Amino acid sequence: MSGATLLTPLPAPKPGRIVAGRRPWLTPWRLGGLLASLALLLLAAGLAAGSDGFSLAWGDEAGLIRAIRAPRTLGALAAGALLGLAGALAQGLFRNPLADPYLLGSAAGASLGVVAVLAIGGLGGSTIGLATAGWLLRLGLVGAAFAGALAGVSLTVLLAGGAARPIKLLLCGVVVGVLMGAMSDLLMLVSPEALRGKQVFLLGSTGFLGWHSVALLAGSLALLLPLALRFARVLDALVLGEASAASLGLALPAVRLLLVVLMALATGSAVSQAGLVAFVGLVAPHLVRRWVVVTHGPLLALSAAAGGVLLLAADVAARSVIAPQELPVGVLTALLGGLYLLVLLRRQGAAP
Amino acid sequence: MTPAPDGRAIRPALQATGLLLHLAGRPVVDRVDLRLAAGQWTALVGPNGAGKSSLLALLAGLRPPDAGTLHLAGRPLLDWPARERAQRLAWLSQQGQAEGEIAVADVVRLGRLPHQGLFGAPSAADEAAVQAAMAETECLPLAGRRLNALSGGERQRVLLARALAVGAPVLLLDEPTTHLDAPHQRALVRSLAARARAGAAVVAVLHDLNLALMADRLLVMDQGRLVADGAPADAAVRRQLVEVFDQSFSIEPVARLADPSAAPQWVAVPAR
Repeated sequence: MSGATLLTPLPAPKPGRIVAGRRPWLTPWRLGGLLASLALLLLAAGLAAGSDGFSLAWGDEAGLIRAIRAPRTLGALAAGALLGLAGALAQGLFRNPLADPYLLGSAAGASLGVVAVLAIGGLGGSTIGLATAGWLLRLGLVGAAFAGALAGVSLTVLLAGGAARPIKLLLCGVVVGVLMGAMSDLLMLVSPEALRGKQVFLLGSTGFLGWHSVALLAGSLALLLPLALRFARVLDALVLGEASAASLGLALPAVRLLLVVLMALATGSAVSQAGLVAFVGLVAPHLVRRWVVVTHGPLLALSAAAGGVLLLAADVAARSVIAPQELPVGVLTALLGGLYLLVLLRRQGAAP
Repeated sequence: MTPAPDGRAIRPALQATGLLLHLAGRPVVDRVDLRLAAGQWTALVGPNGAGKSSLLALLAGLRPPDAGTLHLAGRPLLDWPARERAQRLAWLSQQGQAEGEIAVADVVRLGRLPHQGLFGAPSAADEAAVQAAMAETECLPLAGRRLNALSGGERQRVLLARALAVGAPVLLLDEPTTHLDAPHQRALVRSLAARARAGAAVVAVLHDLNLALMADRLLVMDQGRLVADGAPADAAVRRQLVEVFDQSFSIEPVARLADPSAAPQWVAVPAR
């Protein structure tokens, strides 16, 4: 690092990204291609997976596929992508690989919203059975979950006095989670039938996804992903630490608030359609980072792709492992995600 | 102001008057007046808790002082648009705050963010500055590795390259030698001197007094006050330096073997 090197002619800058690490053949583009191929395969599997096993007789089942399997499959892909995006945003914003999309009060808010609607419905005298739940109730629950998730995050940001201090934001998220959880519990004491409904709705399920869900989820993704990508360099700068990022001339409180809003919208739309699917948002960015060394732009995009593939794979599995019965997909992702994290921890423990 | 050869006053690169900062009721920066000229590299020294990092953060505009004024190139520091200020003033934090899995080259590229803006694309000049900073800190072989996978010294060189890549006329470095081995510490000092000769105003917080004594100028801090300010050749400055460290060492002149006629290098020797 002598001063003399300043004066020597410099090598011409190499164009493009530097490919790093143990798998030089796996560029971010190739990983993207790999995930896209996987998604296509899983889409086909999703259209073929019925209550009586896989069937490729698509002509006979065209009506069934169009009405149920296609929206469900596409919806799972989009919801997973939103969760993957939200997870990558959360981990970048809070510079913590354990951050997940639900950590700013969105989960507790969505639960409270759903419980409130169910309890009000229950107190009004109508019987709430989710199997027979009408379209109107379903719409109300979706709206309540979305509004609840956004309300939870807004309350967190409000209590933290903005997004200037990430630690305060995290702590306020915990407080909001506890408070809203307590309110849900209280409502469920008054109106016990809300408990079952809430569980069915929020356990994480792809079974309710219809074409309107697909439209909503795909629309959110199409809006939020490009916006998030545009601000991804802020997350790169945050790698240096709060103060260094500020010294680069970034208006951190404002940009961070924007990214929190994007994360809340992505989480809220996924949760309102598919419930609190566990671990997809946490694990997707980890998977991507394991395979490639990238900046946050490609990381956000690839995490969305990985999240979509993960949730879709879980959905296909949930439909087929105990067919004709079906598992709630949230249970499956929690199980697989938990095991994956355990393996990851054991591997890290074994490394020097 | 420092008179220029033609008698006119030179505008300092960074000027502070009456800087005051309280943390938890205690003055950590206490009425500091400072004028940093282009072309000079300055070492900021003092015992732990003397307020060096706080002073540097104030000079970098990272927090407003409780009282006092700051001017960057003649304009109040906090009046500068953030991005323009970031092009003219680079700050390197103490280590331990950088945490992430992005590649080394991409970390260094962040130094060009003030020039590109958030949505801009890197120009050829940006990539050239990145390459130069990486070559200067011997980071080129690390280019593709993850920041988190580096050793402490390697990581420090990468973060240093990030700060150098800005190409700012004012360079404020908080303990840039942390984790560096002895040859890299020497190389860093040469690098700072070269930056100063190229026209930058450089300030580095240093704990190794022998490195600090190589600087053009020494700033000695104690309990928030600037207690000495001058060249290492100035006996009063050296006396004050020994004083703030409780006379735990003495400073002796060592003639340079290569060039005995040159000014002696000052060296800190532990007291018996």
